[in-house]
This record gives sequence, C-alpha cells and structure tokens, in this order.
Amino acid sequence: MSLTNDQVRGIARLARLSLDEAEVAEVADKLASILGMVDQLQATDTAGVVPMAHPLDAAQQLRADEVIETDHREEYQRNAPLTEQGLYLVPRVVE
Amino acid sequence: MTALHADTLAGLAARLASGECSSVELTRHFLARIAVHDAGLNCFVSVLEARALAQAEAADRRRARGEAGPLTGLPIAHKDIFCARDTRTTCGSRMLERFVSPYDAAVVERLDAAGVVTLGKTNMDEFAMGSSNETSYFGPVRNPWDPTRVPGGSSGGSAAAVAAGLAPAATGTDTGGSIRQPAALTGLTGLKPTYGRVSRWGMVAFASSLDQAGTLTRSAEDAALLLAAIAGADRRDSTSVEAEVPDYHAALDAGRGRLRIGVPRAFFDDGLEEAVAVAVREALAEYERQGAELVEVELPNLHLSVPTYYVVAPAEASSNLSRFDGVRFGHRCEAPQDLLDLYERSRGEGFGAEVKRRIMTGTYVLSAGYYDAYYLKAQQVRQLITADFARAFERVDLLMGPTTPTPAFALGAKTADPVQMYLNDIYTIGVNLAGLPGISIPCGEVAGLPVGLQIIAPHFGEAALLGAAHRYQQATDWHRRLPAAYA
Repeated sequence: MSLTNDQVRGIARLARLSLDEAEVAEVADKLASILGMVDQLQATDTAGVVPMAHPLDAAQQLRADEVIETDHREEYQRNAPLTEQGLYLVPRVVE
Repeated sequence: MTALHADTLAGLAARLASGECSSVELTRHFLARIAVHDAGLNCFVSVLEARALAQAEAADRRRARGEAGPLTGLPIAHKDIFCARDTRTTCGSRMLERFVSPYDAAVVERLDAAGVVTLGKTNMDEFAMGSSNETSYFGPVRNPWDPTRVPGGSSGGSAAAVAAGLAPAATGTDTGGSIRQPAALTGLTGLKPTYGRVSRWGMVAFASSLDQAGTLTRSAEDAALLLAAIAGADRRDSTSVEAEVPDYHAALDAGRGRLRIGVPRAFFDDGLEEAVAVAVREALAEYERQGAELVEVELPNLHLSVPTYYVVAPAEASSNLSRFDGVRFGHRCEAPQDLLDLYERSRGEGFGAEVKRRIMTGTYVLSAGYYDAYYLKAQQVRQLITADFARAFERVDLLMGPTTPTPAFALGAKTADPVQMYLNDIYTIGVNLAGLPGISIPCGEVAGLPVGLQIIAPHFGEAALLGAAHRYQQATDWHRRLPAAYA
C-alpha cells in the first residue's frame, strides 16, 4: 500500500484540511501504513454477512412532533468567531 | 486513618455523613493537592476553584437540611470532553481552546443534581484520539507511578488525577479502550458501560456508534455509586436505552453463585508481555480459589478488531468533525481569502496531526470507489466479532483477560508509528465494536508499574461485572496502592 502526494492532497481537499508540503509527505507515509494494517480485512470471508451499523440492533426511537427546544441563538453565538446582527459572517460567496 | 486523598468515594461519603469533614474541607483539600502536584503531571486543563467551592457550600447546606444523597458533597473531575455550562470545554484541541459551553452534558447535569462537586476538567488526547495522552494540544500527561511514562489515553488526565490523589474519582469516555487502558496503566478501576447505558448528550462526539461515558475510580464499589447516578435513558440521545437501571451498589454482594469465567485464548497471544500474563493468570487463579470455574473460549475474529476499528472509527470521526468549520464555533484562521480557504485553514490550524490522520483515513475509506472495500467490509467483520462474543456468552457468565499487552510505556516510545500505538488497544477495542460493558481493575505490578485485569460482560451486565470486580477487591489490595510520590 502506498499513496502519492497528489492522492493525499486530493483526500485533504475532500476533508477540507489545509496541509503544508512537509505534512503531505508525512501523511502519505503514515496513511499508507494505517491502510496497510487495515488491508488484513480483505482476507476475511464475509459473504452473506449483514453489515453491522449499530451495536444494539436498536430501531430509531420516535417521539411526538412537538416543539421542545427554545431559541438559544444569542447564547450560542457567543462562541462564534464573527457575527453581526445575529448572522454568522463568512467571506463573500456571491459577487 | 486513611488520608483524605487516598480514600475511596464510599469512604469519603461515610466521612461526610458522620460529620468528620465537610464538603468544603474536602474540596479545599483536593484543590490544594492540585495546586501542589499538577504542575508536574499536567492532569488538568481547567481547575474550577470558585465553582467547586460554591458547589461544596451548597452541598453542605443540603446535608444540613437532611437532603443529602449518597454522592452529595463528593468532589470529582470531569474529562474535558463533557460540556459544563459556562466553563471551557476544549476536548484537548486548539480547535476548542476558547469554546465556552452554553449547556451541561447529561453526565454533568446528573452528577450536579446528585450534589457532586466538579474540581476541574481533565487533559485528554485531542478529540479522544490517542492511547497515551500525547496528542493533547495542552501537552502530555505524566504517569504518577513513573513520570517518564505515559498514563494511557485518551482519558489520561482523569486517570493520572485519580492515581495521584488529586481527585477521588473522575469521568472518562471509552471509544476503543480510553477508560480501561489508562485505568490499567495507572492502577485504577475503569468502567466502560454498555453502549447506550449512559447518555452521550453534551459529550463531544468522536465515533458515535462506539463512544460511551464511564468512570475512573479507586474501587468497583465507587464505580457502582457513580454509574447509578449517570445511567439511564435520555431523550436527547436517541441511542441511549430505555433499560431499567438496577441498584448497582446493592448488587455488589449479590449473585455469589459459582461463576463461569471464559478465558479467551486470543487474549494471551504473542504480543502479551510475559510478566503481564503472569499477573493476569494469578488473578484468574484467585477467582478459581473463590470457587469460579475457568473455561477456555475462542474469539476467532478478535485479531481483526484493530483493523476493523481503524475503518469504522475514523469514518465516523471524519463525519462528526466536519462540524468544525470555523464559522459557528471553534478556531478560525486569520484573513480568509474565500469560504474554501476559511474551512481549510481553520481546520488545518485547529486540528493536530493525529486528528488530521484520522479524518483523512475516514475520508478515504468513505470516498467513492472505496466504500465497499473498506467501510462495508469493516461493518461485516464487526458483525463477526460481535457474534464471537455472543457465542462465548452462551457458555460463560463473564470473560477475563489482560487490559493491555504491556504496562505503561515511555513518553515518546510509540509516537513515531501510529500503527504501533493503535495495537496497544488490541484487547479493549473488540468490546466497543460489540457494544459490551467492560472494566479494568488493578491485579498486580511489573517493575513497580500497575497491571490491569479486564472483565467483560454481556450487554447490560454491569451489575455482574461490578460484583465480580468487587469480589476480587475484597480479597486483594492492589486497588488500594498509591504511587509512593503521592501517598
């Protein structure tokens, strides 16, 4: 298992992570070793085995569709890096 | 007379009840211990002195009114993954360095309601991703038994704080061994309950199908006291389970019948250090002397638990951690050029190397063309591992083996190779994949370092688990030992 620097840059782009050039080489090396370890799974016969998504085989619980939350915007926005008039500010998206 | 900081929660509760000390005195004692000893250990990210003393005063007033419960006035520490209202919750990350939680986690809320005092928030591997507490943005934690060694992780701050007598107990979380492994490496009792037993509300998410809250304590009895307070369904966590919460404390002495203990051959593999195997076998012999029957069992797919975990957990983590976008909360880069630059640099700067590796592993295994080969395959093997446990529990009441292959390792010993670090969790990860409850209790020492015995029960078998651990602790004194420098 090996990964090229370009593959690593592609994965980083999908994950929205900036990596500098030193990190790219480091990640390529370590990701290859992790995926190499993970490749042990390929030798296991899993024909007909139902994939397991949840440890308790539980169904999603339902509740009545009622309003149970109150407005916490002001409180929550105290943690935001940049807000104005109750809005979260980001760089201009639409010119 | 046991020193306050060497006593158990049960012992301290009796001292509060008898009036020997007040909660304020107890809280001041531990705050003073933290002030003296934490600089050398780095267990705490935040010490909440004013809040703790206010809680202790309220607990003393509650006791004076005759309204104290079993935990009222006892101080503990919370892993810094649990939100506590109006306090910083960092999760060991630069990303959340300045995050002040606007609400309480269910675990914090329930313990607060029981009158428990929060001394502070403990250091941890960044976003709970690590087995040595070396991935924390706030620096590594040192093991009180030997400061050149790691305390384990990810709940390393909680473990070191209790082991050094800076708190009588602490909360933790366990996604692949993050309570049991540090408990083993620091000589504590570490309980990871059944998946769904304790609400995950307000606990920063890592891998949602594996994460579970639990406790690090000096005894199984203390674990029973805390579990009784935190267990139970919560509509805010739809995976928490509506199962009855037994009286765990009363159950400690119940069920004294002949135990059938399964000993998985896979737990005694080539990777297990001989001296650790000897200590664990001696603990099994103690159970035998108490009348238990030992049965060798097979877990034929257990050796696949590490590769399975390193697909499932990073996949879930890459999804969970996508919420950190530099917009609503968390770190934001300076002067972003556009929205993409804002996302990429905020995340690139806010996350440490191990977290980035896990996010990228998860992104890769979930990406188009690889999903079936990795993620689906891992979910199928997860099913096989779970079925192995179910088959074993048809024949035995509990499973026992080592918690870790070695005692605490040196700081820096495994940081260069992530796979070596991951293999440290080889005996604990299967339990998370299957959603089972597990506990680690101290069962010996190797060259002055503690060794952990792991006990595993069927789903919702915490009472049996705690009963078996308690039985061992009544016959032995490994759990009462303190590192000499902190006695």
